[in-house]
Amino acid sequence: MSYLEYAVKSVPSGPRKLLYLNWPLLLLVCTVAGAGFLMLYSVAGGSFTPWAEPQMERFALGFVIMISVAMVPIWFWRNMSVVAYLLSVILLISVEFFGTVGMGAQRWIDLGFMRLQPSELMKITLVMLLAAYYDWLPEKRTSHPFFVLIPVMIILFPTFLVLQQPDLGTAILMMAAGGAILFLAGVHWLYFAVVIGAGVGLVTAVFQSRGTDWQLLKDYQYRRIDTFLDPSSDPLGAGYHITQSKIALGSGGWTGRGFMQGTQSRLNFLPEKHTDFIFTTLAEEFGFVGAVSLLVIYALIIAFCLATALSSKDRFSSLLTMGIAVTFFLFFAVNMSMVMGLAPVVGVPLPMVSYGGTAMLVLLGAFGLVQSAHIHRPR
Amino acid sequence: MRRNPRELASLQTRTSRRAVLLGSAMAAFSGGLALRMRHLQVDQADQFRLLAEENRINIRLIPPERGEIFDRNGATIAKNTPSYRIVIVPEDAGDIDAVVARLTKLIDIPEEDLEDTLEAVRRSARQAPFLPVTLADQVTWEDISKVAVNTPALPGITPEVGLTRVYPQEGAFAHVVGYVGPVSDYDLSKMEDPDQLLRIPRFQIGKVGLEARQEERLRGKAGTKRVEVNATGRVMRELDRKEGESGADLQLTVDSNLQGYIQARLGRESASAVVIDCESGDIVACASAPTFDPNLFVRGISVADYRGLTEDTYRPLASKTVQGIYPPGSTFKVITAMAALEEGLIGPDDTVWCPGYLEVAGRRFHCWKRGGHGHVNLENSLKYSCDVYYYDLALKVGIDKISAMAHRFGLGVRHDLPMSAVAAGLAPNRAWKQRVHGQDWLVGDTANASIGQGYMLASPLQLAVMSARIATGRSVTPRLIKSIDGVEEPSGAGEDMGLNENNLRKMRRAMYAVSNDRRGTAYRSRIIEDAFRMAGKTGTSQVRNITADERARGVIRNEDLPWERRDHALFVCFAPYVAPKYAVSVVVEHGGGGSSVAAPIARDVMLQALYKGFPPLEAYPSADRDRVKAQQERLSREMRHAEGERSDRA
Repeated sequence: MSYLEYAVKSVPSGPRKLLYLNWPLLLLVCTVAGAGFLMLYSVAGGSFTPWAEPQMERFALGFVIMISVAMVPIWFWRNMSVVAYLLSVILLISVEFFGTVGMGAQRWIDLGFMRLQPSELMKITLVMLLAAYYDWLPEKRTSHPFFVLIPVMIILFPTFLVLQQPDLGTAILMMAAGGAILFLAGVHWLYFAVVIGAGVGLVTAVFQSRGTDWQLLKDYQYRRIDTFLDPSSDPLGAGYHITQSKIALGSGGWTGRGFMQGTQSRLNFLPEKHTDFIFTTLAEEFGFVGAVSLLVIYALIIAFCLATALSSKDRFSSLLTMGIAVTFFLFFAVNMSMVMGLAPVVGVPLPMVSYGGTAMLVLLGAFGLVQSAHIHRPR
Repeated sequence: MRRNPRELASLQTRTSRRAVLLGSAMAAFSGGLALRMRHLQVDQADQFRLLAEENRINIRLIPPERGEIFDRNGATIAKNTPSYRIVIVPEDAGDIDAVVARLTKLIDIPEEDLEDTLEAVRRSARQAPFLPVTLADQVTWEDISKVAVNTPALPGITPEVGLTRVYPQEGAFAHVVGYVGPVSDYDLSKMEDPDQLLRIPRFQIGKVGLEARQEERLRGKAGTKRVEVNATGRVMRELDRKEGESGADLQLTVDSNLQGYIQARLGRESASAVVIDCESGDIVACASAPTFDPNLFVRGISVADYRGLTEDTYRPLASKTVQGIYPPGSTFKVITAMAALEEGLIGPDDTVWCPGYLEVAGRRFHCWKRGGHGHVNLENSLKYSCDVYYYDLALKVGIDKISAMAHRFGLGVRHDLPMSAVAAGLAPNRAWKQRVHGQDWLVGDTANASIGQGYMLASPLQLAVMSARIATGRSVTPRLIKSIDGVEEPSGAGEDMGLNENNLRKMRRAMYAVSNDRRGTAYRSRIIEDAFRMAGKTGTSQVRNITADERARGVIRNEDLPWERRDHALFVCFAPYVAPKYAVSVVVEHGGGGSSVAAPIARDVMLQALYKGFPPLEAYPSADRDRVKAQQERLSREMRHAEGERSDRA
């Protein structure tokens, strides 16, 4: 069903649209951002600079973007998908040439007032294009090999560019989110079985061959994988941070040490305490109760997104909303696993909480899309 | 696009089904995360809180013990001894400058070092503030006690016992083993993936010689220990420790008694000697004089001492045995002769007429003996060291064959010994000159090359290998490391070179004549003990051109020239003649004549090696015995004296 068939008359128009916003979702998003400000204020030792204030300014800007995006009919965004995708790809390529090297990887374009991280933008525009693609594709072709290959290329091309930077975390996130949309769109499960089977097979082969004469990788590559998978084998490198992170987290206990009372995170054990490791501070200061509350809020955001998606009769809206929900989920799931020592450290921020301009703006924009789909859903 | 209602319905059902599936998966994962949180924050909370509140965990590297180095008889060449040092952990110190200022009031840290050290501490404070950095090394026990008493006023500072490298034999193996020193930024910049250990400032790594070449083996692997420290940085207890691996112990092929003797015998001469075991290729001694004390470098050499070493015209820091390359002079005649013999160009009764010179391409090439040697055959040519004979031979054989023969005997070949700056020398051929100089090879070049002059260059090591190969007919390969952690290294005995045994015998016979025939150039340096008769070849290589003008007025005597323009004195030999055991080469830089200067040293060294100690005077010709007796007494006094000094220090 396309926008031509929308019962346009039943869609609210003008300022009345504001009444039709998904208010619970909006409040939840603002709550998370608020928690983020608190934490940034705390890790700076009780100061709005250098992190909390810029983060709040960006949130204000992002909030305006979110509402603006929400006001524009969803079919406009559907038509813009290809443009948005191409724009992100161009930005991503230009990072290779004009980008600034930050934290050992080339990720930014300096726009003057802020640093743009095209890989963050790419995460959302990729989801948009895939949703628009399946909106266009007739059902019976969904599992046709050629029409499966196209979205796979759409996913792999930017993934490849991101890996060049190198930014493993974003690459994994994009692949997983893209794969989820393919799954939701109804691509035959055999494709997934084959890809997963091949992946498992390859990994097994790589590890099985170790020490034999047909060894697939060089010895030093295996050692790097070892350190990556098991940071405790490198106690002064990756392992050091995970140990400290776990101590900070664990010492929070049931209710935490109280706001601004965390000692561990303040002792400069963690190199990126205001970005990737910010959850540690939250968990230390607000304890198990605080950490689980944040997890519940995140889960609720996803639940509301999924509810919007399932209630929508428009295929684009539905896939887009679910895609954004999955991306959002991957953000916090990977970040939390990493901080709690369940996953290797790959550099994924905690969504809406970690300090970072582009991620904040892009996520708010994405929620704007969800809101737009909600407002303009066919009734 | 327009879809019919049935299609739409089916799409929606499937999407919904899958959305529910994915949603459940996400919910399950979130549940898992919550459980993990509960595990960390509730179940293990007490444990973590304890760690966090009362203690902080520090991870300390345990530096591995560096492998020790022994000689072939088990005498220690390099070992580790405990040394006291003062370290600072930047993150515990807080205000580094203030703490260090307080420390300098207590103990004396040299002004010049302090700035560098502070810089290192600040750098480390940025990168890894939890790693201890050495502030002062080799600290006396009194200073350590002063610091220990005052720890409350010196946060972050602790006295530590560490290990430092000591070379008990001092100068004897300075050029072979080299020395260690604190790792520098330059060292790190050369490494691709430096070991964490090297990030510890002042960590000792091999800088020169075997210590540097075998760094990986000697270093070992770092262990780690996790320790609990209280708020002031004092270590409360060790949580666990992962032991590192100490470095491999190396046993060398060298004999420290012989090496010590050679160093004493060479004394302040700018000279070098190599003794190689013909049967195994073992380098039994490899001495370069004058030498220096490597311990100075370990402690950090003073500017004055260092300048003394670098400005010495005799270049004590140079490893002359492998790094020094000299025109081999007449010692090279052996190669020219071998090339001609193998080509079948010398008949049993062939002789060459030596009038004192040979005209080659319109230029006169002189024999060292102005009046000439008359008719000479192969044996006499080597015995008298007649130059004209070899000019003549070389012109018949051609340079390419000579060069190839030289390479077979290990000249112009880089012998891969684990020492610093092992030189390849040069045994040129036509292609080489064309490639390097872009010029054609001239007949005159061949004449020069035939007597080891011109472009020809060889190191004492190569000359020793050459004699060992002549003595055995096998491609003896030098080896310096006898065993690693008790595992024997492959022998350097080598394969048969495939040379005609008769030709080799002729060469050995001629070399025998050099030092045993009354008219041989090294007759005065013969060994008269029948079982140990020596075969050798003298060499005197020019480092200047003798102009026709000078020749006309009479060649200036060596003694009248400034030191650096005098001839090099060379001697190569092997003994016993009947069953070669050792090959020796001696080069005395600007020493004068090979027969008068180098041969006596080589003979003394050879006898010392064969008798494994001071030889009985009966081995020497009777005329020399009084002189040798006095020399032996002097040297044994010197060696005992050095020994005494060493044990005093220990």
